[in-house]
Amino acid sequence: MRLVILDNYDLASEWAAKYICNRIIQFKPGQDRYFTLGLPTGLPRNHPESYHSYMWNNFFKHIDIDPNNAHILDGNAADLQAECDAFEKKIKEAGGIDLFVGGIGPDGHIAFNEPGSSLVSRTRLKTLAMDTILANAKYFDGDLTKVPTMALTVGVGTVMDAREVMILITGAHKAFALYKAIEEGVNHMWTVSAFQQHPRTIFVCDEDATLELRVKTVKYFKGLMHVHNKLVDPLFSMKDGN
Amino acid sequence: MRGEQGAAGARVLQFTNCRILRGGKLLREDLWVRGGRILDPEKLFFEERRVADERRDCGGRILAPGFIDVQINGGFGVDFSQATENVCSGVALVARRILSHGVTSFCPTLVTSPPEVYHKVVPQIPVKSGGPHGAGVLGLHLEGPFISREKRGAHPEAHLRSFEANAFQDLLATYGPLDNVRIVTLAPELGHSHEVIRELTARGICVSLGHSVADLRAAEDAVWSGATFITHLFNAMLPFHHRDPGIVGLLTSDRLPAGRCIFYGMIADGTHTNPAALRIAHRAHPQGLVLVTDAIPALGLGNGRHTLGQQEVEVDGLTAYVAGCSVESALEAASLHPAQLLGLEKSKGTLDFGADADFVVLDDSLHVQATYISGELVWQAEAARQ
Repeated sequence: MRLVILDNYDLASEWAAKYICNRIIQFKPGQDRYFTLGLPTGLPRNHPESYHSYMWNNFFKHIDIDPNNAHILDGNAADLQAECDAFEKKIKEAGGIDLFVGGIGPDGHIAFNEPGSSLVSRTRLKTLAMDTILANAKYFDGDLTKVPTMALTVGVGTVMDAREVMILITGAHKAFALYKAIEEGVNHMWTVSAFQQHPRTIFVCDEDATLELRVKTVKYFKGLMHVHNKLVDPLFSMKDGN
Repeated sequence: MRGEQGAAGARVLQFTNCRILRGGKLLREDLWVRGGRILDPEKLFFEERRVADERRDCGGRILAPGFIDVQINGGFGVDFSQATENVCSGVALVARRILSHGVTSFCPTLVTSPPEVYHKVVPQIPVKSGGPHGAGVLGLHLEGPFISREKRGAHPEAHLRSFEANAFQDLLATYGPLDNVRIVTLAPELGHSHEVIRELTARGICVSLGHSVADLRAAEDAVWSGATFITHLFNAMLPFHHRDPGIVGLLTSDRLPAGRCIFYGMIADGTHTNPAALRIAHRAHPQGLVLVTDAIPALGLGNGRHTLGQQEVEVDGLTAYVAGCSVESALEAASLHPAQLLGLEKSKGTLDFGADADFVVLDDSLHVQATYISGELVWQAEAARQ
């Protein structure tokens, strides 16, 4: 894996953004060549904090993507299992995910693959763990009764199929999860640990998230920053030239 | 006519690179329009899976709801209180010319006039949607003749009236049918006024207090009867006095019906009201401020003699002044508040989804660069034309 450590949240976000940008440019997408970006899924629609609203306001409205190329799991679908299966099918039809970007929960989960999720799981309906519900309460005015208890999510196996995986981890409250994910063994109680067996994983974090790691680990990867920073050197955008 | 939101075939316009007034703030957001209404782009993206048919770059400018003028007596040589042979074309002329000032809806105002004038003029000015032909007519504002002699201002004394004899019947006899009437300004100290106010309010007509010597108590009672507006605050009423604030006291009265917001018109030209007084009112009750022009027929014309109803007026130079409050506040006072006064805030005076796409493009000095009605460009500044 690559472990990229930046000083703070803003710098970590910026580094990650530049990296994704460069990956897309290097891929040279075109009319018939799509860069498939995977993102973790979430809450039901038609809620102010719905994932759709979140994705619209923070991502889709700022870019010129064709709406038909934006696939989001629909938590309001009549047949949830069919919705999940169709999602897996769409990923396959798109040629697989080129880059999956996700975060890590305080309980070490990737997407909503709570502790105990199979490490080869696929897209499905999951009941959320209390940790996750507590973490999401801030989006519902702190009212626990309003937080959804179930969610559709891509599986660990689904993400493992992506050609590259990027995990963003910031904040001291994630430090223990990061330790468990990269310094202990592969374990279904800390599902992010599955990516130790992925050929191309990159963890981007801030200083606070490294608080539970061995000094040796942190020093090693910090020493590689000059190599890491080459990955975010500005590339010519495909809009220029050509 | 405007199509429904479900006019799915209609073109989608996206205005980008702009700051829009929404929720009382200027936000860096795009404005989407379809079928003459403001469109929710998130629904378009996820439900219809469509993108814009056309994008317009606004050059970083401000997009605000179109201005609504609820007190304008005429302009460009046209006097709404004159019973001329071509009342309609007069109104149409003003409606077209005020587009360049960013006004997308207005209430033509008639000052105190004899009954013959009302009977002739009022039926000829119906409510009308705006468009490339001009700003929309929301209804008439009848200012007088049921006002105070002492505070008549520029209104002719000979034509003042009261409702002493038959209350509401007197009013009907004076004005004629009220179909086209939206606002009536009257003095609440006149006898039987409460009955009249209740009758007007029941017919959906906004009652405004003005040209009056009412004390605070009388004004509060009028609000309980249904009055919701104050005509040009400070002008033509008793001055604020600390032991009896008069009509001005309504801004901070605690004796009004719960949840009722009292609106007040302000002529912010720096002359009718000292800017300091304007600021006091604004700070006391910012949500109620409604900017009006109270423009007279001489608007847009040079110096000289012009009519105002039954009187003549000399014009000697013009002054203009911008209220000393935030840009967002000022814009809301010219658009949202008049819409709220008239109960139209779901469709006018706002850029919320589903509202009519009546808006103006402003530069940072709040000069109007372009005016849109129902999403159609109806006026554009010379410099902006390409």
